[in-house]
Amino acid sequence: MDEEYDVIILGTGLTECILSGILAVEGKKVLHIDRNDFYGGECASLNLTQLYQRFRNSAPVPAELGRDRDYYIDLIPKFLMQDEGLINVLVYTDVLRYLEFVAIATSMVYCEGKIFKVPSTPTEGLTSSLVGFFQKNNARKFIDFLLNWKKDDPKTHQGLDLEKTSMNEVYKHFSFNEDTQEFIGHAMALHLDDKYKNRPAIETCRPATMYLRSAARALDRNAGSPYIYPQFGLGDLPQGFARLSAVYAGTFMLNTPVDEIVRESDGKFTGVRSGDQVAKAKQVIGDPSYFPKHVRKTGRVIRAICILRQPIPNTAADSAQIIMPQRQIGREHDIYITCLSHEQKVCPQGRWIASISTIAETAGEPKDEIAQALKLVGPIEQIFVSVSDIYEPLEDGTESNVFISRSYDATSHFETVYNDVKDLYKRVTGNELTLQKRPVNAEQQA
Amino acid sequence: MSSSQSPETVASRSGAKPKTFTFKVVLLGESAVGKSSLVTRFARNQFDQYKESTIGAAFVTKEVPLDSNAIANLHIWDTAGQERYKSLAPMYYRNAAAAIVVYDITQAESFGKAKSWVQELKRQAGSAIVIALAGNKTDLSNRRTVSREEGSSYAESLGLLFFETSAQSGENVEELFSELAKKIPRSAEPARNSGPPAVNIAPSANSNNKNAQGDCAC
Repeated sequence: MDEEYDVIILGTGLTECILSGILAVEGKKVLHIDRNDFYGGECASLNLTQLYQRFRNSAPVPAELGRDRDYYIDLIPKFLMQDEGLINVLVYTDVLRYLEFVAIATSMVYCEGKIFKVPSTPTEGLTSSLVGFFQKNNARKFIDFLLNWKKDDPKTHQGLDLEKTSMNEVYKHFSFNEDTQEFIGHAMALHLDDKYKNRPAIETCRPATMYLRSAARALDRNAGSPYIYPQFGLGDLPQGFARLSAVYAGTFMLNTPVDEIVRESDGKFTGVRSGDQVAKAKQVIGDPSYFPKHVRKTGRVIRAICILRQPIPNTAADSAQIIMPQRQIGREHDIYITCLSHEQKVCPQGRWIASISTIAETAGEPKDEIAQALKLVGPIEQIFVSVSDIYEPLEDGTESNVFISRSYDATSHFETVYNDVKDLYKRVTGNELTLQKRPVNAEQQA
Repeated sequence: MSSSQSPETVASRSGAKPKTFTFKVVLLGESAVGKSSLVTRFARNQFDQYKESTIGAAFVTKEVPLDSNAIANLHIWDTAGQERYKSLAPMYYRNAAAAIVVYDITQAESFGKAKSWVQELKRQAGSAIVIALAGNKTDLSNRRTVSREEGSSYAESLGLLFFETSAQSGENVEELFSELAKKIPRSAEPARNSGPPAVNIAPSANSNNKNAQGDCAC
């Protein structure tokens, strides 16, 4: 590693691996280091041994759980939507070829003590059991408005400037009641709390449109939810981008401690020391765990991984997302539950993996905060609860050439990850990230 | 070097369309033993003596006739250099039906490394994987430090296929891949009908079409 590079990347989380791949393709000489002996950092998918190492102090794995390598348990539960930005990155980099996506069977929302299927189309909305809460005609008008809205065509704006108008005013415009607002803001736009209502409406209308488009494409293939998921776990996403980087001559060193970020007296980055070796580079990109003094804490996320011997009661599906909106459970933030199974190849047959996540609101026992979700999930064979701090960088890195990513937040999709990738790319290169088909396909068909 | 048959030839002989089996094959072995060169020789019948490493042949596909009515479509994955610091991802091994572990007959150390790759394979990929051991660079046999017997008796003790090859001259390269393909159980092809159907996110990009365009509006 005693060499000179253009960029050193620390941590093999998804954000870091996407940047590694893109920069290597652009011809940058990349050295990519992780202190762990596995890929993915905080967004790895772990096998049982790794899971027990991390959460149970390396206690022996109960034999009845089955084979180690049949498990790919995501540390951070998320699903993708077919219309989201990360999909474009997968397509344009060809990393998609390493992955096989499957549909998530159902998307549900918790309402008055029960769970209901989220209607994913206007038609489905009118026949759904949620229909009582859903103001049919207005909702249909709103959906048409979203799908026809074009930024540059004021005729499609119905007099609403989404960049300036608050979502509250848009709700007023369509005469939506509290229930419908909850449905749009939480089940479609996937906001975690109600702060969005006073923010510009575009921040809600854009994700709601993404949801509708994804749902429409899901309907084309008879899928019951707009969500998709890569077989063998989300950990394959960073692995795929790492391979892309390696194909373009990126050097990977796992299981390598980072002992020092070497800087000049004015704070400018010069290299990374591991043991008695120093790798030099112009720039460094890394996750917050490599720069503890240069990040600030913005919140805490509770996550609970549950191994089940049966699906979540009343879902009747191999996979599901369940949203528990804050208003329904007397909290400020929603609770998300994801459930996966053998069908997504993340556990053996006869097991289901449910993950519960929410933003922590108290300093108390995390299990108490998610008690309603635990009740919904039903009997649990093994549970692993953790509380993670969420960090953001103190500086943008343009002075020091130290570029730090954000922690993975509590949202259930990848938009914030993708935004961080775009933001970091701009800070690192000075250019906007433009996705183009790779000019030369390095992995050729013979 | 022309023992490979096109699918059309096979088809016309048997009068029926041959069945195609798709198998993933991974290469392993220390850096600079000639993994990529073996693939390039096999897939494109080329050899570049001065090629330093990786960029180029990290993933190729090639068809190999199995018998008069079956063809193996080999998806061959190269390490892309990730073996250098033991940084291969689990994704690399997953669903591999076969592996070729390569060493350099002029570098005894690379033979030792090959043995540990075989252990790693059994751990990561399970016992069903078909493994071939390839002692490469027979064109440099005047500098040989690993005898043919050492290689073959180790391979025999573990039930591995064994070939001594030269990516430079082409010796045994065709045979290596073709014998390996024949030894893979046809049931090793990943089942297509189990589980939910794959979601085709971007058909054009997936099929390597140059006109790939995301139809996402964002």
